[in-house]
Amino acid sequence: MTVSPEALSAIALMALATYAIRVGGLLLADRLPREGFVAAWLRHIPGAVLAALVAPAIASGSIAEAVAAAVTALVFIATRSLFPAMAAGVVAVYIARLFV
Amino acid sequence: MSSPASPVTTEKPSAYQDLARGARACLPVCISVAAYGLVWGVLAGQAGLSVLEVLLMSGLVFAGSSQFVALDLWTGNPAALPIGALVLAVAIVNLRYVLLTATLRPLFASRLRPSALAAIFVATDENWALTVAEMRRRPTGAAFLVGGGLMIYVSWLASTAIGRLLGAAIDDPAAFGLDFAFTATFLALLLGMWRGKGDLVPWLVGAGAALIAARLIEGNWYILVGGLIGSFAGAVFETRARRDRLA
Repeated sequence: MTVSPEALSAIALMALATYAIRVGGLLLADRLPREGFVAAWLRHIPGAVLAALVAPAIASGSIAEAVAAAVTALVFIATRSLFPAMAAGVVAVYIARLFV
Repeated sequence: MSSPASPVTTEKPSAYQDLARGARACLPVCISVAAYGLVWGVLAGQAGLSVLEVLLMSGLVFAGSSQFVALDLWTGNPAALPIGALVLAVAIVNLRYVLLTATLRPLFASRLRPSALAAIFVATDENWALTVAEMRRRPTGAAFLVGGGLMIYVSWLASTAIGRLLGAAIDDPAAFGLDFAFTATFLALLLGMWRGKGDLVPWLVGAGAALIAARLIEGNWYILVGGLIGSFAGAVFETRARRDRLA
């Protein structure tokens, strides 16, 4: 149960930024665009960030990671839930690495 | 969705009724929040977060997708912690919250009171969606948002801590393929965000930009580069498609 000063300041600043955004929406409610370009941009950020995280991780791996990524995607599409998809991916990469 | 205990009226319900109603509406959501929390907790252990750091981050930041992204940037060595990049990444992923909380403005009095500033802390994707749906059906107070928010808060804090403790039992994650859990989780989170063909452009452009940036720029900046360029491209595509439809 420890926290380093660096971790504490990182978490505090992350929390402050997130809270400021939440309050900002309330304060600026009447001036924020609900539709249009800026709103669409903000809505697309989380998906694009995740895509940017995933693509290099898969591309830098071996064929085992690529196969496991495909298994993860198929299981997620079939079950629509995170946990089985992650578990299937982990099992798939473990097995695939035995052969690669 | 009308039960004998809560007849549909145009009268504004009491704050207590709203609180209970919001909490009840969020109950099914809490189960999936807890599943995500467990996974996040296990990954947080792999990323080098202590139990206390998990509790602090879940309790103070309290925003799931940005916490997942933060894990990718986190390092177990405090001296190497990229604080600036972490704060920037979390802020950018959470920026869309201004759109969510702006639509909650009618819940509060015309002059914002301190209680409003406290209530908005527990606004998440899940209780926002339920609250907005409730506001369309009947007069709703801010307590509805808070009731659901507190339920989600408790299940997120508890499940991330439990996940962190369970994950500690694993000695060598790579030996069991658990190093791949990160990629698998991010991929599943991404697929879960699919809302339609409009997502294809931001995802593909974001992925492509990240692949190029990862080669050109040192460090983890490719995440933000890909995220910003991809979402920008998605917005360009979306607004242009809408204009074409109207024309």
